[in-house]
Amino acid sequence: MSGPGAIQSTVLDVIAALKDKPGALLPILHGIQDALGYIPPESVPEIAKALNLSRAEVHGVISFYHYFRETPPGNTTVHLCRAESCQAMGSLALEAHVKNKLGIDFHETTADGQFSLEPVYCLGNCACSPALQIGDEIYGRVTNASFDEIIATQEESA
Amino acid sequence: MSTTIYIPNDSSAISLGANRVAKAIQQEAAKRGIELNIVRNGSRGLYWLEPLIEVATANGRVAYGPVQVSDVTSLFDANFTQAGSHPLNLGVTEEISYFKKQQRLTFARVGKTDPVSLEDYLANEGYRGLSNALKLPAADIVKAVTDSGLRGRGGAAFPTGIKWNTVLNTPSEQKYIICNADEGDSGTFSDRMVMEGDPFVLIEGMTIAGIAVGATQGFIYLRVEYPHAHIALNTAITKAYAAGYLGDNIQGSGKKFDLEVRLGAGAYVCGEETSLMESLEGKRGLVRFKPPLPAISGLFGKPTVVNNVISLASVPIILDKGGEFYRDFGMGRSRGTLPLQLAGNIKHPGLVEVGFGLTLRELLYEYGGGSASGRPIRAVQVGGPLGAYLPESQFDTPLDYEAFAANWTVLGHGGVVVFDDTVDMAQMAKYSMEFCAVESCGKCTPCRIGSTRGYELLDDIIQGHDLEKNIPLLRSLCDTLLNGSLCALGGMTPYPVLSALNHFPEDFGLSKQKNAA
Repeated sequence: MSGPGAIQSTVLDVIAALKDKPGALLPILHGIQDALGYIPPESVPEIAKALNLSRAEVHGVISFYHYFRETPPGNTTVHLCRAESCQAMGSLALEAHVKNKLGIDFHETTADGQFSLEPVYCLGNCACSPALQIGDEIYGRVTNASFDEIIATQEESA
Repeated sequence: MSTTIYIPNDSSAISLGANRVAKAIQQEAAKRGIELNIVRNGSRGLYWLEPLIEVATANGRVAYGPVQVSDVTSLFDANFTQAGSHPLNLGVTEEISYFKKQQRLTFARVGKTDPVSLEDYLANEGYRGLSNALKLPAADIVKAVTDSGLRGRGGAAFPTGIKWNTVLNTPSEQKYIICNADEGDSGTFSDRMVMEGDPFVLIEGMTIAGIAVGATQGFIYLRVEYPHAHIALNTAITKAYAAGYLGDNIQGSGKKFDLEVRLGAGAYVCGEETSLMESLEGKRGLVRFKPPLPAISGLFGKPTVVNNVISLASVPIILDKGGEFYRDFGMGRSRGTLPLQLAGNIKHPGLVEVGFGLTLRELLYEYGGGSASGRPIRAVQVGGPLGAYLPESQFDTPLDYEAFAANWTVLGHGGVVVFDDTVDMAQMAKYSMEFCAVESCGKCTPCRIGSTRGYELLDDIIQGHDLEKNIPLLRSLCDTLLNGSLCALGGMTPYPVLSALNHFPEDFGLSKQKNAA
């Protein structure tokens, strides 16, 4: 379902289903990103037309929110918490390990397209710091070794 | 007869392996031909013991924890389904002193019931507040909330009843109730626990708010980082509609209230109420000027109640047991209970709901058990990323809004993040400026530009450059942020920065005496 036609039809379906909600723009952007993993730039004019907004306004909203992305992510996204509670439990060292292990910095994707790395400011898992999210799963009290194990399972199942 | 086993479905418990443990227990039970009724409850909030498994017995629920997959066989060998003895057996859950000492009002059901079972909710005092509210004139519902002394638990501590009263008395054909569930403050997780562990109590609180002020539409603005809460809320909302607790004719009263969950998208500033409303309207989350107050002109320009999850989730018990019952907990002008969240470098992290008035020291040592690392606790940040750092000399401050304000500290949403003596407070101050720069909405100059300049200045200070000039400059910049920002993001970033500088000058390359001058 990755062809341009399929992308286009997914975008139009999401827009049609949600455009009449009050304040529809965020629900539409979530719908598209849930379906495709990102918000393709070519969907912007379609959204703008449906909501009677300018393309600049739609782009402005996409770029305002950290969660929305305009490029495809890797197969698995690692969200690493940078907030205080995790720092108090050694997340800076974990962060260095993760970046080194994956060979990428924040907002980057590995060359093989396997992993993307994004910072996050709190997962609400502060009682189990340091925390990170890999795909849909949240992990607590993460150590360098447990991170390596989780990543190895991800690579196997890929 | 099958035994009932409780395994939390709370996302923190899952982050420690609760789902894998649940699966292993199911498999082992099947292998041994033991019939089990597994309930996925919320968390009791004793996180150092998660995954905490409970077994229902005639003498109450018996806890085992922390349980890992590798413990499952030995638990069955020890006959844990009959509360058999095992190294992980913690005794009766509600007798564990951390839990027993608490005063759980808002969290009465969290960890106890099946979160998405309406039957469980009703069997445990659920919807009694709504039932009372439906018999009262609107002004009397608002009065009960005013009498309870409840103040906004999101952090600003504004009296909830006064806010509701303004909306009640502002005529409009459409009004809204918004639940601010954008719990972005690091070190906090009480909203998440309620939404995952007892979503009906939030739905009930919002329904009561709608009936009280004449609002027929509610929105829960939930942060996207909480996928488990999203599922729990949507499941509970569907069940509430099906049973007539939401919709056009609530329990035959003729009153209408609709409720929908909307997701944020990773912007911290959207926890600020005006930015949140912009986001709900489908715009960039730019902070609005106040006035007009949201209570007069809020979402889509209509009168709007914006309350935090804990505020709204505390309303049902107030309407059930009366404003006086709730008001009798607490101290001074801080009435009722505050769900505190112990996090960071602490031996016993978790949720502690108690009446206002406990001291920070009691919380850190009697509940928290000291640092997790065993090293001395050096600094504690209370109230999220915009809260001040408290040194040991301030640990005897009672947890009370006014007592904290008198120290130039904030209680905020009740998050408590502990650091041991390995922390570098200049680095923490720099992080605060960096966080403000990342999350600034960009509308006002002090926050947008000041945060970046502050980050650069602290970088210089950390490298020891020209402290004579740079420290006064940092103080002056903080003054501009404090007094010139449009909202609390820029306006409160100086709290962690200046408290770090004032209490830990040695980390900034200064001697204590020199800094005091």
